[in-house]
Amino acid sequence: MSDDMKVVEDLTQSEYKWGFTTNIEADEAPKGLNENIIRFISAKKNEPEWMTQWRLKAYRHWLTMEEPKWPKVKYDPIDYQDVKYYSAPKKKPELDSMDEVDPELLKTFEKLGIPLEEQKRLAGVAVDAVFDSVSVATTFRETLHEKGIIFCSISEAIREHPELIKKYMGSVVPYTDNYFAALNSAVFTDGSFVYIPKGVRCPMELSTYFRINAMETGQFERTLIIADEGSYVSYLEGCTAPMRDENQLHAAVVELVTLDNAEIKYSTVQNWYPGNKEGKGGIYNFVTKRGICRGKNSKISWTQVETGSAITWKYPSCILQGENSIGEFYSVAVTNNYQQADTGTKMIHIGKNSKSTIVSKGISAGRSDNSYRGLVKVLKSAEGARNFSQCDSMLMGDKCGAHTFPYIEVDNDSAMVEHEATTSKVGEDQIFYLNQRGISTEDAVNMIVNGFCKEVFNELPMEFAVEAQKLLAISLEGSVG
Amino acid sequence: MTNKIGAKQWYLENFKIFESKLNGESESSFHKVRHGALRKLQELEFPTVKNEEWKYTNVKPVLNQNFTPAANLKFKTDNSILKQEYLFEGFDHHLIVFVNGLFNPELSNIGRLPQGVIVDNLKSTIKNRPELVEKFLHRSKIITAFDALNALYAYDGLFIFIPEGKALVKPIHVMYINGDNETNVLSQPKNTIIAESNSQVSVITNYVGTGSKNYFSNIVTEVFTDANAVVDLYKIQNEKTDSFHIERTEIHQKKESVFSHFNISFGGALIRNDINSTLDDEFCECNFNGLYLANDKQHVDNHTFVDHATPNCLSNELYKGILDDESHGVFNGKILVRKDAQKTNAYQSNKTVLMSKKATIDTKPQLEIYADDVKCSHGATVGHLDDTAFFYIRSRGVPSSIAKSMLIRAFVSDVIEKVKIESLKEKLNHMIFEHLNREEI
Repeated sequence: MSDDMKVVEDLTQSEYKWGFTTNIEADEAPKGLNENIIRFISAKKNEPEWMTQWRLKAYRHWLTMEEPKWPKVKYDPIDYQDVKYYSAPKKKPELDSMDEVDPELLKTFEKLGIPLEEQKRLAGVAVDAVFDSVSVATTFRETLHEKGIIFCSISEAIREHPELIKKYMGSVVPYTDNYFAALNSAVFTDGSFVYIPKGVRCPMELSTYFRINAMETGQFERTLIIADEGSYVSYLEGCTAPMRDENQLHAAVVELVTLDNAEIKYSTVQNWYPGNKEGKGGIYNFVTKRGICRGKNSKISWTQVETGSAITWKYPSCILQGENSIGEFYSVAVTNNYQQADTGTKMIHIGKNSKSTIVSKGISAGRSDNSYRGLVKVLKSAEGARNFSQCDSMLMGDKCGAHTFPYIEVDNDSAMVEHEATTSKVGEDQIFYLNQRGISTEDAVNMIVNGFCKEVFNELPMEFAVEAQKLLAISLEGSVG
Repeated sequence: MTNKIGAKQWYLENFKIFESKLNGESESSFHKVRHGALRKLQELEFPTVKNEEWKYTNVKPVLNQNFTPAANLKFKTDNSILKQEYLFEGFDHHLIVFVNGLFNPELSNIGRLPQGVIVDNLKSTIKNRPELVEKFLHRSKIITAFDALNALYAYDGLFIFIPEGKALVKPIHVMYINGDNETNVLSQPKNTIIAESNSQVSVITNYVGTGSKNYFSNIVTEVFTDANAVVDLYKIQNEKTDSFHIERTEIHQKKESVFSHFNISFGGALIRNDINSTLDDEFCECNFNGLYLANDKQHVDNHTFVDHATPNCLSNELYKGILDDESHGVFNGKILVRKDAQKTNAYQSNKTVLMSKKATIDTKPQLEIYADDVKCSHGATVGHLDDTAFFYIRSRGVPSSIAKSMLIRAFVSDVIEKVKIESLKEKLNHMIFEHLNREEI
């Protein structure tokens, strides 16, 4: 066994460091799913009748659908009646200051290394912390309010901004879209809502920390971000979850809408519990993320760092409807042990001169499987469309797999589409070179993997780039930093 | 002729007629294989667009017409159907001709062969060398209903056997002339190329169409390259514009063998090629080269699959296409590197140029990799002819049509230059310009 193999072996021994459970009495719905449960959720959220009806429509449609079987992932069938669809911390204060936040909650965040106060003070980030499906703390709202920016939980938005919700919710990801989107539409409990008014550049990066906490609770988030004409927002989403044996289902929906000249930058760092070394437990992360560049010159940029979850299955996509609209997708997906990831993007070019860039980096170690699956579709109307895709995979160990499934469909002769993919391992010559400069093999592997991912990390906002590197280090413990 | 009964039913019913004409042969072990295929065809359905492998290719037009298996027909053929222009000239070759998939001894000119070398048709080989047929035929599993259909009516086809240590100096030129003036024919040659260890052979197949009626070529080709064997297989497909052409090529490679395939597609209304290579032993080399040129409403679908089952193998794939008018191109290239296939090098590239507003392409280069010490890459591009290059040539006073032709020639040259027979290169270049209706340079 060569040295770098040993390093890979070492890292597979590492335990999930952030496995702890906070004791907050959850206000839960009984297990199972039926129309009553949906009404219960809707009532808990004080939702208007039209919302309840919308949920029920989605639920009835979901009943007619079948779970998709095409992804390259394997898991035991999910019993949807064995999941609790609602859980919330009992106190649900809508707070003005940090002092009112449950101290235990604050400790949890501290353990995660993201103390709210510090972020507030140092980073200038407004945090809408989602703790088990209900937002408990919202900061910097005043500042945002002055600019006319709406940043609140989706439940609040349903109550207070029904006209925006009615207009945009389900317009990008309709409940008929796919199995998990339908399920989410029926039972979503919380999530974030952002509206940036015309011509406003959001002064700070908006961020939500998701955290699954109660036993056997599925997390069904729904996020909706609307950037009106000429506006800009950068949104951060980060996830950690405590150690758990039961598989947990997470089926979130994220919808982005950009109008003329608007831009949304959506960054994700995902580090949910990936299961133990034998592949037991871990989160099932089945997410539908999609953005639509509705207006001219609008732009949507997805950046993701996926290190956690037993199964990751998501395709943040862009529908490039507006002329000169731009879609971007930057991704690092790391799988270890028995993790499975089937992730990628879809770029649908409709508007003239629309452009898209895809940069995907996959790292597989242990016995994991890492797939890139992407679609670049250029419609007849997309005169002068341009796409560049690059998918690189790195394999660490001989028991893992790396796969690419790019679909390219071009219906316009003026389009330029380029795709390239490579698969390789950490070069022995590179390690040797670093070794002979006195750098240990472990550090050498760190450097190489970091360099491999640099292109994507560069796209992350400053605060996140640091966190992303930390997460990468933990997922590939001891060898990557 | 529209289809009153389903395609499957039609082919199953015609089998009774086929069987009754076999007289005596129906007891042979070869016929048992046909019965196996019969059961398979009864089980299987013809693929639809819901099938991932056939997602972009709708075979309905093929199934909407009833084609009569060639073995059930009596043809009035005269020697004039082999036109001089079909033949590739400028090099010595062994010529073997099939009309509607059936061997035609009068048109063929096989010539002298080194001892032990067989260049013959399947029918006589079953009689003369039953042990070879037994050993090599039907080694590939039936996957689709089209495979089953081919096996069901397996009757004749190309059979090449190169014994150990022999090298055939002259290439083998195989002509397939398909079509008829009276019936819609189903032409189903079953081709087998066997190269024993340390042997070498080069085979050029050419498919052309004749007659006023429509026809359907459904072909299965199996290639066996034993240790250190070198096999070049050129496929030049120039069927009639309204015909259908489906071929499955299976290549089984043994240690240190080198196989090169040239798949050049001109004619046909619906073309589907499945080219699968299994690298069964170490240090194999597999080269897939392809060119697809389509205009009008042609539909060209190329599926390639390289199975790296063992370590230290090399595969190289280059597919280029020019799509004009309302044509539709499909490319699906898959590379599988199995768990123990360390030190694999696998490269794949697919480039397509769209020449008109209504031409479309769906391409899907796939990598599936389970070994870590490998170098694999694939690339796919779709675009139009380079504007800046075009402008540059124009600025030197070159007329637009010539400038375009120059760019086309440059584009296809990557593939054409790999052809190892000089005079074939020129002929192919000529055919490209003729097919695309462009000024030849």
